[in-house]
Formats: sequence, C-alpha cells, structure tokens
Amino acid sequence: MKRTIFNNKLLPWLLLAPQLAITFVFFLWPAAQAIRQSFLRQDAFGTRTTFVGVENFRRLLNSPEYLNSLQVTAIFAISVTILSMGLALLLAVAVDRMIKAQRVYTTLLVWPYAVAPAVAGILWWFIFNPTIGIIPYMLAQVGYNWNHVGNPAEAMTLVVIASAWKQISYNFLFFLAGLQAIPASLREAAAIDGAGPVRRFFDITIPLLSPTTFFLLVVNIVYAMFDTFAVIDTTTRGGPAQGTNILVYKVYFDGFVGQNMGSSAAQSVFLMLIVITLTVIQFRYIEKKVAY
Amino acid sequence: MKRICSVSALALVASVASANAQTTVEWWHAMGGELGARLDEITQGFNESQDEYRVVPSYKGTYPETMTAAIAAFRANQQPAIVQVFEVGTGTMMASEGAIVPVYQLMEEHGEGFDPSAFLPQVVAYYTDTDGNMLSLPFNSSTPIMYYNKTVFEAAGLDPEQPPQTWQQVEEFSRQIMESGAAPCGFASQWVSWIQTENLSARHNQPIGTEENGFGGLDARLSLNGEVQVRHWTNLKEWADEGLFRYGGPVAGDNAPPAFYAQECAIYMASSAARAGVIANATDFDLGFGMLPYYDDVEGAPQNSIIGGATLWVLSGKSDEEYAAVAAFFDYLTQPEVQADWSEPTGYLPITQAALDLSTERGFFDENPGADTGINQITQNEPAENSRGLRFGNYVQIRGIIDEEFEQMLAGNKDAQGALDSVVSRGNELLEQFQAQYQ
Repeated sequence: MKRTIFNNKLLPWLLLAPQLAITFVFFLWPAAQAIRQSFLRQDAFGTRTTFVGVENFRRLLNSPEYLNSLQVTAIFAISVTILSMGLALLLAVAVDRMIKAQRVYTTLLVWPYAVAPAVAGILWWFIFNPTIGIIPYMLAQVGYNWNHVGNPAEAMTLVVIASAWKQISYNFLFFLAGLQAIPASLREAAAIDGAGPVRRFFDITIPLLSPTTFFLLVVNIVYAMFDTFAVIDTTTRGGPAQGTNILVYKVYFDGFVGQNMGSSAAQSVFLMLIVITLTVIQFRYIEKKVAY
Repeated sequence: MKRICSVSALALVASVASANAQTTVEWWHAMGGELGARLDEITQGFNESQDEYRVVPSYKGTYPETMTAAIAAFRANQQPAIVQVFEVGTGTMMASEGAIVPVYQLMEEHGEGFDPSAFLPQVVAYYTDTDGNMLSLPFNSSTPIMYYNKTVFEAAGLDPEQPPQTWQQVEEFSRQIMESGAAPCGFASQWVSWIQTENLSARHNQPIGTEENGFGGLDARLSLNGEVQVRHWTNLKEWADEGLFRYGGPVAGDNAPPAFYAQECAIYMASSAARAGVIANATDFDLGFGMLPYYDDVEGAPQNSIIGGATLWVLSGKSDEEYAAVAAFFDYLTQPEVQADWSEPTGYLPITQAALDLSTERGFFDENPGADTGINQITQNEPAENSRGLRFGNYVQIRGIIDEEFEQMLAGNKDAQGALDSVVSRGNELLEQFQAQYQ
C-alpha cells in the first residue's frame, strides 16, 4: 500500500481549524466559563463578584429541591426511554411484517420527528388542557377528573407522553432498519425447528437487534435529559410543585429567570459530570454485554 | 444610471446627516400584541412631536425575558437606555446601584419642571426609596379586580348587580351557583402569588415581610405565614376540594381565563389590565366588575390593594445627550393626554392625578362602567404600613415557591400553615443569598 506523505505541516491544522474553532467557541469556552462562574457569587448585573469556593455546590447538595430534581429527571428519562423505545419496536415489527404499503406507513410514522419540540409541547398542551382539551373531556366521560395543573403525577405523564411521542419516529426508523438487516434465513431456520412467532421474536430478533437497541438507549437517555427543555417549557414549566422540574430546566430557571448565575453554573457543572459518568458507564460496562 | 447613483448618494448623505442630528435611544419592552401596537403609537407620537430625539422601541418577549436580555446586554456593554421591568424585578434593579440611573436623579439633571407630586402616591410609592425619591418611572401599573358572569348569577338566583364583597359571600354565592347547576365552578383566579397572597395581605393590612415589606432594606425577611393568610389558604384548599374554586396553574394561572370565558367558573379574579381581553372573550354573557373581596371580620379590612405591572428603568453607561433624550421622553409619557390614551384602552391605571382627571372629564368612566374599579380600589384609603407594596430580592423565584407550596397544599401533602411556613423558610434562604450578593 502506498502512503501519501504531506510535507506541509500547516495544512492539516488549517483544515482542522474551522472545526477546532467551533469546538473552542461553542463548547470549551462556555464550559470553562461555567466552571469559573460556579465558584463565584455575583449580583444580576455582574457589578459585584465574590469568590465563594464550593459554597454553590454545598448549597445544591443540601437543597431538597435539587435532590428532587435529580429524582424527577431519573424517572422522566427512564419513562421516556421505555415508552418511546417500546412503542417504536412494536410499530417497527408491525411495519416489518407488511408486504404492501410499507413505505406509506413508514412515511406517516416518521412525520412527528419533523415537528419542533416547542410545537409538540403546545400540541399536547392543547390536547391535555383541563378546560378545553379533548383527552380530559373524554376522561371526564368515564369519571376521571384530569388536572395536570394541580397533580404532579399527571403532569409527569403529560411530559413523558409529549416527549416520547416525538422520539418514537426516530427509534422506529432505526428499529425498522435493524429488523430488515436480520437475514430471513435465520428466522426461517428457527421456524423449521419448530419455534413459534413469540419464541422467534425473543430468541432471534431481540438478540440480533441489540446493537440498535443499545445505540438507541444512549440516544434516548441523552434526548430525555437534554433535549426536552422546549416540551417542559411549553407544557408544565417544571410544575406543579417541582413535579416535572428536570435538571436542564432548573439550570435555565435558576440562571435566566432567577438571575442566580453561581448556582446555575454549579448545576451545569454537575450536569457535565453526569454526562461524563453516563457515557463511561454505558460504553465500558453495557457495551461489553451487547452481541455485535 | 449616473443620475440614479447621484440621487442615491444624496439620499445617503441626507440620511447620515439626519441620523447625526438626532439622538437615538433604545427602549426594550415586554408589551406584545395589542399592547405593543399601542406602545408603538405612543412612541411614534413622541418622535413626531420633535426632531431632536428618537426613541426606538423593541419587543423582547415576556417580562422575565426582557429583564434577562437587558442584564445580559449590560454585562456585554450593549445595554439599552430604557428597559421595562416588572414589579417583582424591582428589588434586583434597586439594589444594582452601579447599573441604574435613578429617575429622580435623571430628571434633576436633564429634565425640566418634573414634579414628583403629580403622580398618584399609591402607584409611585411602590417605586420610591425610603427617602421618597422616585427610582423608576411607572408605565403600566395594574391591580387585581374581580370579574363576574351576570348571566350565570341570574340563572343561580343571585342578584346580577351585586358582586360578592366579602370572602364569606364569595363562598356562599359560589355554592349557590354550583348547587343550582348554573355553572360547575364558583371562582377562578389568576396569580395565586400576586392576588391570593400578596394582595390578600395588603387588603387586610397584614405584613408580607419585615422591614416594611422589604422597603426598609436588604435584611428584610418574609413573614407571610400569619393568621389571615393561613386562614385564606385553608379556605382555598377546602373550596378547591369542594369544587367552588378552581386552581388555574402556577405564575399567571393560564388555565383560569378559559374557565371563565367558557362559563365554567362564574367569578374570575384578575388584573385590571385584563379588562380588554375579558370583554373581547365575554361574548356569550353579561360581564360585571367588582372589587377584590376581603374578610369583614379582620380589623382594618378592606385596605387598598397593591399594584403590579411594570416600570421603566434607566440603565447606566450612556452619554448625556442620550439621558437628555430619555428625560424628554419621560416628560412626554407623563403628560395627561398620553397617559389617558394609554390607560383607557388597556385597563392600566393612570399614573398621575391629571391623567385620571382627564379621563373623568372626557366621560370615559361613565361610558365604560367598571373601568374605574381598579383605580377606586387602590385609592380606597391611604396606603397603610402593609399595603404600600413589597420589595424583596430574588422575588421571581420566591413567587415560584409560593406557587409550589400552594400546589403542595392542594395535593394534600401539607396544610396551609405548613405550606406558608415553607414559603417563609425557603424564601428567606433566597433573601439571605440575595443580601450576600450585594454586600
């Protein structure tokens, strides 16, 4: 094999420069700022600044609201992941069996992904509005009084449904592609050996889908933790009684609405640590058990 | 071609020349929709009235968004000269001495014939320091009032011309409305924090916090877990369970107005500035207006209610010419005609006595029954110690805490006393942090 040697030492750097500049300006610089800010106490306009050491972190760890937010985030992320992946798999299996109209269904199912999160939030806000929404109206017919404005569990249900709905399309596409990549011969062989459809699904399809499942698991948890801000902001705004105040929303609220930059920065640092830990755990421990 | 070039060059020169002659100042505000259009009209009136100064208004989103935008801009040295800040941001703005130019100082240096006594004391008191100096210019102030559905009142066998005056009557009327089947719910309310907690306290002359509700200094702490507030929250919980009261959600209570418009709840407590919107939506029923109710067995009730809304703050770091422009603009804004033209269609309170008199003279209040409810309510009597207003730091978050604890109470996790005690302890922690930020 012939290796091409570039003698120019500058060219590689020049070619990398745009990407490096973007990484620096939009990732490294803000991250460094957040870390710096997390050790400071500052008034809203930034006219008085005091170094307070780990005071911001200490306050957070002693704050029941923050611990509650951690718990809420965990419940939210797990529910969204299970619901969106579960339904997506179901739909993908259904579409995979189709002979006709497969394309039509695929297109229809992918539509929600094109909807902006804020718009999705507003849609679900209307559907679940306790006064004018269609679902509370139908629930009232069967004697259930839906009011997510006052009930944290119902609010959580609402944001989980709204967030999962948007993610189903994405998961569906990947599952469908994964299913179609499984050689028909394997399933046929199992069928000849006498395995029923359920047995074939669990013993052949699921294990062979595991790379896709693992990939989606990572993507979905990250989605639920970081990309659902708009859904929360347009539906519940973290309420009621902090019932849907996930970590990302709390960072925004404390920093931008409450003008408490120090605490907000400390929360972002924690978020950074959470992301790093999650990534390490997922790739080091879970990935090993996945059969590629 | 040559001619076109020279003409456009001329036009360019002319526009540069006029831009040089005029001092332009930016005004960031939070008035969207109909209100924004009104605001643009007013500004245009100023720009056309003279050719020395030009004010450029820009809409920056909600109140918190506008304030955040101004703060971020200030940190980046790109701040506007004027920013509209809602009343709960007052504590933060006031404490930020280096970032603001107090209005009294601006008017002393650049304004002519500015008379602080021309303003209605109930409005201005909220925005003056302990020495009586005006720090920001009240622009759109409102106060909560009661709207009610006369058609439902009649169907329930109540006198449609008699709105409930006391909380005891609100309860009694609501029950009658529900039991008669005239409507499925008695009353709804915007803003549990502003209306059912702060204004409730003011109307019964109960303290919201120490140090004259925070006017006295940064070491003020909350004390709104008193007997009257606990009694009211206890009632609200019972009424909510019975269905007499429907909670509209946190912050402004977005679910309350549709409940009133759809005739599900017969009474609706909301800002006086919601008037235009309520009238526009009350198409299928007759609308009545009343004052905010009170408990008649509490001594000193009813006191005047307190205001909400926003004021205009002047930010530091601008040139003398720009401040002169701001002073001229503020002078224009306080003229009776401008004030009356702004307050009449919007439902905001007039801020000067002259503007109020002008509206009365024009016959506005005769032609629009109920439009004077808000102004009558804040001028009902001289502000008492606890009905002047409130001023606390980090108050946006404290209002959030009020909503959360109220929700905890509604969910049955706490009783009223427990919820209000937590508001005080959690709020005080934020006040301590705020105090520390400014020391």
